[in-house]
Amino acid sequence: MTRLLCLLLMFALPVQAEEVVAGLSQDSIQITTNFDGSEILIFGAVKRSAALPAGPPLEVIITVEGPSAPITIRRKDKRFGIWVNNAAVEVDEAPSYYAVATSAPWADVVLDTEDLRHSISIDRAIRAVGLDREDGGTFIEALIRIKESQDAYLNAFGTVEVNEETLFKTTIKLPANLTEGDYTARFFITRGGNVLDVHETSIDVRKVGMEQFLFNLSRQQPLIYGLMSLAIAIFAGWAASAVFRYIRF
Amino acid sequence: MQIYLPIAEVSVNAFLLLGLGGMVGVLSGMFGVGGGFLMTPLLFFIGIPPAVAVATEANQIVASSFSGVLAHVRRKSVDFRMGTVLLIGGLIGAALGVQLFNTLKAMGQVDLLVRLCYVIFLGIIGGLMFVESLNAILKTRSGKPPARKRHNWIHNLPFKMKFRTSGLYISIIPPLIVGVLVGILAAIMGVGGGFIMVPAMIYLLGMPTKVVVGTSLFQIIFVTGFTTLLHATTNFTVDVVLAVLLLVGGVIGAQIGTRIGAKLPAEQLRILLAGMVLLVCGKLAFDLLVMPSELYSLGAAGGH
Repeated sequence: MTRLLCLLLMFALPVQAEEVVAGLSQDSIQITTNFDGSEILIFGAVKRSAALPAGPPLEVIITVEGPSAPITIRRKDKRFGIWVNNAAVEVDEAPSYYAVATSAPWADVVLDTEDLRHSISIDRAIRAVGLDREDGGTFIEALIRIKESQDAYLNAFGTVEVNEETLFKTTIKLPANLTEGDYTARFFITRGGNVLDVHETSIDVRKVGMEQFLFNLSRQQPLIYGLMSLAIAIFAGWAASAVFRYIRF
Repeated sequence: MQIYLPIAEVSVNAFLLLGLGGMVGVLSGMFGVGGGFLMTPLLFFIGIPPAVAVATEANQIVASSFSGVLAHVRRKSVDFRMGTVLLIGGLIGAALGVQLFNTLKAMGQVDLLVRLCYVIFLGIIGGLMFVESLNAILKTRSGKPPARKRHNWIHNLPFKMKFRTSGLYISIIPPLIVGVLVGILAAIMGVGGGFIMVPAMIYLLGMPTKVVVGTSLFQIIFVTGFTTLLHATTNFTVDVVLAVLLLVGGVIGAQIGTRIGAKLPAEQLRILLAGMVLLVCGKLAFDLLVMPSELYSLGAAGGH
């Protein structure tokens, strides 16, 4: 009988009492010539099949992640009196952009084990398989520090507004130097540091118009693109000369 | 006004780029240097990825040099024959330089080598020019006529050719070698090589300063044009929007520069160029010697 009860409980547990439903103010970002960064409004609600459970309050974590690429981090050391690149560490996958917004200080919203499982924090989102964290730790720290200084990585703890443990919203700023690609927004709801539900949606970041035309031309027809660049240069050089001669004489 | 650059994938202020282009354009027209040795580090500084900065700078130099050379052609201060000989060497050198650049890139130390190249070449050339032009100025002040150039070993080499515009009758071997060396440097350092070409023409080949500037510009157009095409087709790093912004300022600046240059005495022109070269050299040496505020740097994986 006790065994049956245990079994029933085990099946009963995964049934989610609380689910996250989320939306974005825009699911695509168009990079135009005068693109100067973008701000997206992220909002959502928690769907419940039961009454509001007692216990620790509901917390929300929202992450936005840009396309990942392998990256090399180099450290300079003094050799023969000058500063040269010496040691280097290669990271398998580092997101080009990463933002974490939470509804409370980090320690209150998620447990370390959950962070490890879902790769929520910036530190965990950087995938460095086989890298000794003891040794490579300072390199990862440096990577995060440099990316933060470029506004490419950001921690926005306590910026998600939660109303009545049901509605939540935040805004996330995307910098002007955005890389093209598929961005992912993830929503986590937690209680007492345990993740209750995860929702994922994508944001399409694309160059449009002239930006797209020039980029595609440079990749698909590099010779024509190169010749076009030269033609523009020669024309501009001639035009300036002609205009100045006209002014002079 | 912010502009998003399609290849560099960064957003920059358009007026800042126009201003930089104009400033470097003036220097370009005055001294017959492409200005790349100034512009490339400036572009790094405002956050353009180095690979894009080097390639795009080559494209911009084509425009400012072409603008400058037209002004010189009208004043008949271009030695086309000498320019062609230098150019042949330059194209060979550029092709060799790209090979060398790729080898260094695979070794992961290309950044340091480029910097060391800058410091050494700028230091030597700037120093020599500074001392020489200072002496020349002191001599003219004291009223003595400038000493006529002596014949040296260069004049005893075979394959002699007449360069009428320069008033020279010398072997084509030295100009060819100078061309090759400058071509190699142009490909590695992302510069036109004018700051090496100009002194080499004055001191090694003994060409008159007034002809040197136009001739240097003439050959830079082709070497940088060739480099632009190589970068565009192999690395896809030429950003045409960035180039247009730089060259609009650059071509106008170059026109102003050539007019200023024509009014200044040759010795003063040389001492100004020397001072500028030494300044850039000092800045780069300083960066190598002083502990950087950020010891770490990021790069795309694979020694890129």
